[in-house]
Parts: sequence; structure tokens; C-alpha cells
Amino acid sequence: MQFWIIQGLNSLSLGGLLFLLSSGFSLIFGLMRLANLTHGAFFMLGTYFAAIAMRTYTDLNIWVTALGAGLVVAAIGGLFERLVLTRLKTNPLGQVLVTLGMSFIISDACLVLWGGDSIPVPTPRYLQAPTRLFGFVFPTYRLVLVGCAVAAAIALYLLMERTRLGAMIRAGVDDRQMARAVGIPVSNLFTIVFCLGAGIAGAGGVLGGPILSAYPGLDADMLPLALIVVILGGIGSLMGAFIGSFIIGFVYTFGTALFPELAYIILFLPMIFVIAFRPQGLFGRVGA
Amino acid sequence: MKWFAGALFAASLLSLPLFAGDFYINLASQILIAAIFALSLNLLVGFGGMTSLGHASYLGVAAYFSALLTSRYGFGHGAAALISIAGTIAMAAFFGTIALRATGLGFLMITLALSQVLWGLAYRMSNVTNGDNGIAGLTRPAPFGISLDSAPAFYWFALIVASFAFLMMAIFVSSSFGSSLKGVRDQPRRMAALGFNPWMIRWITFIYAGFWGGVSGLLFVYYNKYIHPTSLSITSSAEALLGVIAGGTGTLGGPVVGATLVLLLKNYASAYIERWNMLLGLVFLFIVLVMPTGIVPGLNKFASLFRK
Repeated sequence: MQFWIIQGLNSLSLGGLLFLLSSGFSLIFGLMRLANLTHGAFFMLGTYFAAIAMRTYTDLNIWVTALGAGLVVAAIGGLFERLVLTRLKTNPLGQVLVTLGMSFIISDACLVLWGGDSIPVPTPRYLQAPTRLFGFVFPTYRLVLVGCAVAAAIALYLLMERTRLGAMIRAGVDDRQMARAVGIPVSNLFTIVFCLGAGIAGAGGVLGGPILSAYPGLDADMLPLALIVVILGGIGSLMGAFIGSFIIGFVYTFGTALFPELAYIILFLPMIFVIAFRPQGLFGRVGA
Repeated sequence: MKWFAGALFAASLLSLPLFAGDFYINLASQILIAAIFALSLNLLVGFGGMTSLGHASYLGVAAYFSALLTSRYGFGHGAAALISIAGTIAMAAFFGTIALRATGLGFLMITLALSQVLWGLAYRMSNVTNGDNGIAGLTRPAPFGISLDSAPAFYWFALIVASFAFLMMAIFVSSSFGSSLKGVRDQPRRMAALGFNPWMIRWITFIYAGFWGGVSGLLFVYYNKYIHPTSLSITSSAEALLGVIAGGTGTLGGPVVGATLVLLLKNYASAYIERWNMLLGLVFLFIVLVMPTGIVPGLNKFASLFRK
């Protein structure tokens, strides 16, 4: 019983991490029609940022670090969008290739700067003690992580559905030309959304740090998970990213625990199933 | 004039081992292998309009099949090659069924996800694939009793296979099927209205490209006598795609030129700097921003300026 409950919590916390990773990917894809293959690298950049910052300043608060890393990664993403992606507006294939090239550059730069050994990110001290609930013992940090993901999901939902900015983004998703015609600055929205997506990934990388730790190749491990989540949930849908993240979190965690050899095959079974019966994904719209 | 140049080119290819040293012969063999691989990817990217970021799957799976069958299960090279190619074709048929549910960016993401899954499998299933250590100590086949262990012998073998592959793919794209493929790339709905089945045309092309990817994988593992999960990685797919795009999509010569350039760059750059991935990324940015149509179409445009 303990096994199932603990694995269940692990699944939830992995799902939460995946949501922080894939929600940004999905937002960017929805508005910009751009498969941002740099997303795994943005996530890894956040993790390295936390690992280095907290190794240097041991008393650093992880929440402050997450905020700082989020801002830094958002700034890098914004620069990349402004300097490179805007030049390729008419060339969607070129945009994908450029994001792929950028991900190679970032991951190699991390390897040069911080070496090939994995660097741990410490769990905050006050979250190290396990929590006892209903007679079971839970690692507190993982519970907090799930809470963070849910909070981020609610915040993103409110941003998209209840604010003026969200309304403009939704208008851009639905009909870009019409949105331009009524005076919505769609190009600026592109930059804002790209920064937002990159920032969430960077902050998510920090929060995932205590579980994953920073190592070279983290980006290549996370990117396919993000892809599978958004293909499963429906590209461009926040709800799809949320549900998809937790499905993949459960499938991957239990797959690894029960059939470690086959975890990777089990991982893409739900994706194949969904593609076969609903090519647009669980919550995707036709034509999106 | 054109014939003369062609004959000169063929003669210099054939006689390369007579005047070049082993290092250059081996380099040329690698170029031939990369060229077959890039050509097969170009069937999808250039002629079919399906940008795949998972083409390394076919190279890697054929190579792993052959490596495992010959080293662990005691198969002969002929049988192993047949089974590897059959396995690769079956996998391409299966992956094609999944990936072709989507087009455009969805197709790209699905092929990428599928190939990453295979890469993860090669790394993690270490009792079968030997994980990060790779499979070493493989042998080269000896067709008709001729040993391929020397550099020139392997080069001629690779040259025969590559010429045959080039010819077959040239026939494929200039056939009526090739024309319908280009039609589906440009006007899928019109082609469907004319009674063609776009999905089937794409699927057959996907399998055919997977087949030639598998052939290049066999040559790859024969050449290296070693196979490592890196061959299945996104870097490997990206190198091939860079070759196709740098050379020029939708041309026959483009991928060959592009693959040659990427391979030369990789070989010479790695002699000076260790950072191949970073350089690859920078070259990606450069090519896409500066010559988005590729080198061969660019040169063609250049040449047509002079002809006027």
C-alpha cells in the first residue's frame, strides 16, 4: 500500500513538473504556431541556474531563485524571439530549425560552463522533514511541488480568461489577421507569450531541481516528455497540457517502477492511442 | 560538355583509392553513407513536404538489429542484413501510420517524440543494447568472399551501394509516383479531388525513405564496427536534416552536397574544437537566416545569371 501511495505522489509531482514545462510550450504553439524545441533547454537553464546559485549562496531561498531564474530565462527567450524568430515569420520550418539549433547551443554552453557532472539542487531545509498524513509518510517537497503546479495552472487560467492581455492572446490564437485588423499588437503579444513560456519553463526547472538535479542531457530528457504531453493533451490547449501532464506523470512513474526496462515504450502508448482516435489530442481543436 | 564532366566525376570517384591515402578514403566512405542517409530524408522533406526530425531512427534501428544479430545471436551477415532491413521497413510502416495522422509541425513533433523514445530505449535497455557502452567488436561482411576490411575495398563497396541508391531514388522521384508525391506536397486537396489518395502516397514514401535510411544504417555499422545510442539521438537526425536543408531540399544533388559539407565540417572542426554541438547549432542559425533555400538552388540561380 505504501508503495502505491508513494508512487502516486511521485506521479503527481512529476505531472506538476511536466505541467510547468509543457504549459509554456503549449501557449507558444497556440499563439505563434511554433514548435519551440528550445523549451527543454530553457528548463535545463533554470535548473543549472538554481544549482549554481544555491551552491554559491547556501542560504538562498528557492522561491526567490525560481523567480530570478524565471526572469533571466524569460529575458533570454525574449531576446531570441526578437532577434531571430521575428525574422523568420514567413518560414515556419526555419523557425523550428532555429529553435533546434538554439537548443544545441544552450545545452553545449551549459556543458562548457558547468562541466559534465550532475550538480544537486538542495531541498529547502524546512521542507526536508517528511509529512505524515493518514498514517503514511510523504516527502514534503513533492507535495509542495504539486501545489505550485496547481497554483500556476490557476494563475495561467485566470490570466487567459479574466484579463485584457489574456483576451488579446485568445483573439490572436483564434484569428491572427482579424486581431491585427482591430488593433491588437500581435507581434508584441508574440514576444510576451514567448517570454512567459520560457519564464515558466525556467522557473519550473528551478523547482524541479531538488528532484532531478542539474545534469547535461536534462534538456533531451525533458523535451520528449513535453512533446508527448502536448500531443496527448492537444497542442495549444492549457487544459490539455494540465491533464496530459498528469497522465504522463502517472504512466511514466508507474511504468518505471513496475517495468523499468519497458518504461519508454509504455510512455508512448497513451500518445499512440490518442493519435489513433483523436489526432488533434484530447482537448485540441480541429485545425489548431 | 555535361557528359564529359559527368564521366570525369565518375572516373575520379572510382579511382579515388588509387591516389588518396587511407584517411581520405575512409572520409569518402563516410560521406557516401551520410549521402544515402540525407537522400532518403530528402524524399520526405524535399519531395514529400514532410519534415521529419526522427530520421535517425531508421539508421539506428537497422544498425542495432544487424549488430545484435551478428554479434549475439550468431547470424551470418546476409541473413542479418535481410532481417534488419525487414525490421526497419516494418518499423517505418508502423511509425508512418502514427506520424501521418498529422501533417506539418504535428508530424515533426511526433517523429521527434518517437525517435527520442527509441533513443531512450537504446540507453536504458542495457541488457539488450549494452546501454551507454554501445556494442563493439563487430565485423564487416564479405560479399562473394571479398573481404571489406581494407579502406579501398569498403569504399568501393559503399560507392556501389550509394550509386545504386542514388539511381533508385532518382528513378523514384522522376516516376509518375514521384510526380504524384510532389502533387500531394503542393496541393493535397486538389490531388484528393483528382482521385489520388494523399495519405497512401505519403505512407509509401515514408516507408521507402525508411528503407534507404536502413540501408545507410547497415553501411554505417559495417564501417564503424561499433554502434552507440548517439546514432539514434536528435543530434544525428538534426545533422542529416541540416545537410538536406543546407544543400537544398527537393533537389537530388543538394542533400549529397549538404551531407558532404556537414561531414567535412564535423571532421575538421572536431580536430580543433570539441564543441561540435554548439557549432552545429550555430551553423543551423546561419543556414536558416542567410541561405534558407540551400546551396545547390543558390548556385543554380547563380549559374543561370551567367547563362543569359
